[in-house]
Amino acid sequence: RAALGASLPLLQRDYRFERVWFWGCIQGLRGAYYIAEGLGPNRAAPRSRLYSLNCLDWSLLTPATEEMLAVAEQLNGRFQGDPSFEYNLAEINAEVAARLTEGGKEPVIKEEARLTATIEQIDRAVGIVPRGAFVKTPLGSVHENRHFEGLSLLEAKKLSSYFHFTEPVNLKNKTLLEKADLDPSTDFLDSLEHDIPRGSWSIQLEKGGTVVVLRSLLWLGLTFYHVPMTKQFGYVYFGTGEKNLDLPFML
Amino acid sequence: HGPYQPHEPGYGLDQPGYSPYEDEVPDPRTRMLAIKNAKAYLLKTSTRSGLNLYDHFANILTKILDEQPENTVDIIEDISKDVKWAQFRKKMDTLRDEHLTLPIFEAAEKCKALFVKEGGEEEREELDEEIGQPSLPNVMETAFYFEQAGIGLNKDESYYIFLSLKNLINVQPIRTCRFWGKILGLEMNYIIAEVQLHEGEGEEEEETAEEEVETVAEEEKGMGEAEEEGEEEEKEAEPPKSTYKPPPEIPREENGTGTNKYIYFVCNEPGKPWVKLPPVTPAQIVCARKIKKFFTGRLDAPIVSFPPFPGNEANYLRAQIARISAGTHISPTGFYQFANEDEEEEEGDAYEENPEFEPPPVAEMVESLAMWAHHVKGILKQGRCVWINPSQKSEENEEEDEEEEDKEDEGEEQEEERGLPLLTQISEDEGMKNIPAWTAQASTNLIPQYSVAILQSNRWPGAYAFASGRKFDNIYFGWGHKYSPESHTPALPPPAQAEYPSGLGITETVDPTVEEEIAFKIAQEEALAGEEEEEEEAEDD
Repeated sequence: RAALGASLPLLQRDYRFERVWFWGCIQGLRGAYYIAEGLGPNRAAPRSRLYSLNCLDWSLLTPATEEMLAVAEQLNGRFQGDPSFEYNLAEINAEVAARLTEGGKEPVIKEEARLTATIEQIDRAVGIVPRGAFVKTPLGSVHENRHFEGLSLLEAKKLSSYFHFTEPVNLKNKTLLEKADLDPSTDFLDSLEHDIPRGSWSIQLEKGGTVVVLRSLLWLGLTFYHVPMTKQFGYVYFGTGEKNLDLPFML
Repeated sequence: HGPYQPHEPGYGLDQPGYSPYEDEVPDPRTRMLAIKNAKAYLLKTSTRSGLNLYDHFANILTKILDEQPENTVDIIEDISKDVKWAQFRKKMDTLRDEHLTLPIFEAAEKCKALFVKEGGEEEREELDEEIGQPSLPNVMETAFYFEQAGIGLNKDESYYIFLSLKNLINVQPIRTCRFWGKILGLEMNYIIAEVQLHEGEGEEEEETAEEEVETVAEEEKGMGEAEEEGEEEEKEAEPPKSTYKPPPEIPREENGTGTNKYIYFVCNEPGKPWVKLPPVTPAQIVCARKIKKFFTGRLDAPIVSFPPFPGNEANYLRAQIARISAGTHISPTGFYQFANEDEEEEEGDAYEENPEFEPPPVAEMVESLAMWAHHVKGILKQGRCVWINPSQKSEENEEEDEEEEDKEDEGEEQEEERGLPLLTQISEDEGMKNIPAWTAQASTNLIPQYSVAILQSNRWPGAYAFASGRKFDNIYFGWGHKYSPESHTPALPPPAQAEYPSGLGITETVDPTVEEEIAFKIAQEEALAGEEEEEEEAEDD
């Protein structure tokens, strides 16, 4: 863990990121992957992801394609811990395998690709930020709001004060009445209130209200923290990298 | 009011020759009038908010010059908004302060109370010497080792837990105590301590509880008999009696043995009072295996599930703790040994530390799983650690029942279940599909002399164990659920019971069709005609 402090700034220099941070850790059977993400000036651009097995040597992951995502959803089970491990698709899904073989490729998928796809899924599904932390300029690029001073304690307890940091899906479906109340510079993302299934987030105040912690129940292991009335927030994933499909039974 | 400093915008505009309107208004008097008009316009008070633009601009500029943020022109709108906000906040401050500070202060007070126990300790020390030193676990030490592995709580929180455990020991008569772990819940989390009480304590509660259960059962039986007599008197057609007899209840294990070897105390946060969890019954464990529910954080929350869980969240929590302990509490092989080597597996519950244990080096601990062994008995399918034959117990109950069914009907032959013997090595743990049951790592490859061997369980994600020399410990941080590669499928409800046995008397037969009836009639007439002919022939003879 101490190595992270040393290697992340180096990464920033090498890849010329404006911001680099530690995304989390996916535990495989034989080893763990440590993931870092880096961003250029536009915060909403696709992020570059890097992974490492020992926090020192980082390798870039290719951005995920839709095909990879679709295939990776079929894969169940833990990660192995070995990036070149190949999953045999033929057992899992014969159709996809058949398509691939027709295309001339082998019906295997490497663990690296699965890793990328999983990270992308997690980010899309549960990567959250507090309301007001990011603003959209009229040109369309997204910046951090330097005027953001944190949510108040009351706001921090409400699910509606947190947004998914991805392309909004539900925003257009809101009624005109609700849209009139929104502020287009800060409310351009989906809020957490309408997540399906209801109750898939657990909000807790720790230490008597000095820290708000949100935990996702859909991807077990994703934790988001925010210190109210300050600019500090962030999320991190520590887990096995598997979606919790039993959520409806568990609530 | 006017711009006085050279760097303020607008400075110099009222000097002759610098105004922007110079070409248009050469006359100084009209220019002055124009400026006054502009200023009057700026000073015009807004009807809604009581502000005027002039003051607002002045405030914005003051703020900008005071703070001097970067790229001011990009955030000028936000600054403007903030200045407006600042006008309003002053009125509401007093109300808000009261609300918000309550939860923070309450929690801080509780934490402070943890620290202030110095005064009562002198009295306690005498008591302690009589009973013997209760072993307070060194939570900080274990926290340090787990931190090497990257698992664990914040140091502050560990210290708070340490102090609350100390409180617990002072309050209850405890022999040994251990920090078991933390289970996360939806609204609040649970901090769990594993405890062994002194003998004789704590059993009184269980006995009264059992007596209550027995008296209730006797009352029910009394009612049942009265009903049966009443029904016999009525000899009219009655609805068929239900032939369902619930399977005999498997008695729970005694305190101090098997699944109830330890008693568990939980609290939601360090500083809050500790609550004792009730002992676990086999029925609860069997049911807990079939359901998968999140904990909410409140011990009295009901568990709505199918099959219906007998108990509330406190029982479910206790059942999960029992399963996790049975599945993942391990120690280096040879650390514990049986007290008596000839003891059979079922009775061998007592183990003790092996004084001749020599800790193997860390590298070996990591490489081979055979160096670790379970020191908690596994739970059988029945829900207990020691198998018991339920049909023996139920003999007493069945004699009282007037309606005796054959024992063979519902008492299926229950085979004796044998679990693994107590100190089996974990290499015998079966994995799921091709996932091994445990993952072993050394905490660091860089400094092998001081590294710690760490095991993570794959069957119960969140269970960790470490070993370094003679020290070892187990801990759990997680949601409290077992890992299964397939999704959880809840049990289907049983098929609806048949209302009546199907037999010849009840089963409906198909009515004969018209052709069949006619054919039958003809056949009958022919038979009759045939008989008459025979009779006639007989008469003729």
